[in-house]
Amino acid sequence: MTGGAAAAAIGVLRRDLLLALRRKSDALAPVFFFVVVASLFPLGIGPEPELLRRIGPGVLWVGALLATMLSLARLFAADYDDGTLEQMALSPQPFVGLVAAKVTAHWLASGLPLVVVSPVLALQYGLPADTIAVLAASLVLGTPVLSLVGAIGAALTLGVRGGGLLVALLVLPLYVPALVFGAGAVDANLAGTGAEAHLSLLGACLVLATFFAPWAIAAALRIALE
Amino acid sequence: MLAASELECVRGDRTLFAGLAFTVAPGAGLLVQGANGAGKTSLLRIAVGLAPAARGDVTWDGRPIRSLGPSYRREVLYCGHPNALKDDLTAIENVRAAAALAGRPLTRDAARGALAQVGVAAAAELPVRSLSQGQKRRTALARLALDRARLWVLDEPLAALDAGGGEWLASVLDAHLAAGGMALVTSHQPLATRAALATLTLGA
Repeated sequence: MTGGAAAAAIGVLRRDLLLALRRKSDALAPVFFFVVVASLFPLGIGPEPELLRRIGPGVLWVGALLATMLSLARLFAADYDDGTLEQMALSPQPFVGLVAAKVTAHWLASGLPLVVVSPVLALQYGLPADTIAVLAASLVLGTPVLSLVGAIGAALTLGVRGGGLLVALLVLPLYVPALVFGAGAVDANLAGTGAEAHLSLLGACLVLATFFAPWAIAAALRIALE
Repeated sequence: MLAASELECVRGDRTLFAGLAFTVAPGAGLLVQGANGAGKTSLLRIAVGLAPAARGDVTWDGRPIRSLGPSYRREVLYCGHPNALKDDLTAIENVRAAAALAGRPLTRDAARGALAQVGVAAAAELPVRSLSQGQKRRTALARLALDRARLWVLDEPLAALDAGGGEWLASVLDAHLAAGGMALVTSHQPLATRAALATLTLGA
């Protein structure tokens, strides 16, 4: 990456983070959703520590996944509507780099907060401390995958009516590997078999998504702009 | 030099224009005219490389723009119909973000100077959502005050501008052309440039 490309990408990253900061209600909506969903399950199921510990990893992971979905609809739509996306596509700097910067900003604004609150939510399910650490680690590796893969869906459905539902149908099946390895890592730790294998696979998902998703997103956005 | 030949644009099953040809030489401007829906914006989007033409080629210095990629985009400044401004950022932040995206970063003072030229100096530190429609358009056009791109492609730059704004636009356009720049402009209102612009009428 040349200096100009990096400067332009950092410019996009900074602008998107500044926007998230100026419009806190939008940025915090996914986190609140995650907190509410994860808190409703213990209330609905009742105080059965064994059962809660059993379902905890899965519920928390599904909650994080749905919270990410919630924030995808606006990822490119605002830039598409106000013409910023056109300007990004016309930039002499590589579009892929600018797109990657946008997804990074999305993760920092809506994925990272999920990781931060997850240990507190995990307490409600009576998970032991080392399991909570594994949960946080699995979310650190997993939420960027959710942002990257979700951005492909958001780009493909850009400008389509009823795009929100379409994103869910398109993206949720693609989230399955991240969900299986992420929740599996926490389960494995609970069962005492060690979470390394699952975390390694999740890391592999992240590496693959980091390398390939930005190209797919950029291609889908160019089609949407035509 | 920007040139196009045998250009055809199809939207859905409707042919907007076909067999279109034009050239824009250094120091010259081309004013694209036509009724609503005649394909002016489509033509501009094809000319900057955002959309492909159904047939024909747009060339820059003799080479198709598709094969030029970033080296062509470096020469072009495109102001579309939407202003590409973020409501929650201030006018200065918007101007700087747009300049950084175009690969020609501006300092805070330079951005403030550009906004002063378009007459929104007083609103430079306000979030764009609190500006009027015309002030937003001026903010979007502030890039023209400093930009060194050789080809300006402006879609309805006069929309929402008052008389003073129109005069300012005509003067920067004149300066741009006098310095050997090129311009491709659509407008429903007459542009008060000193240099005469060639006219291309679509749907005639």
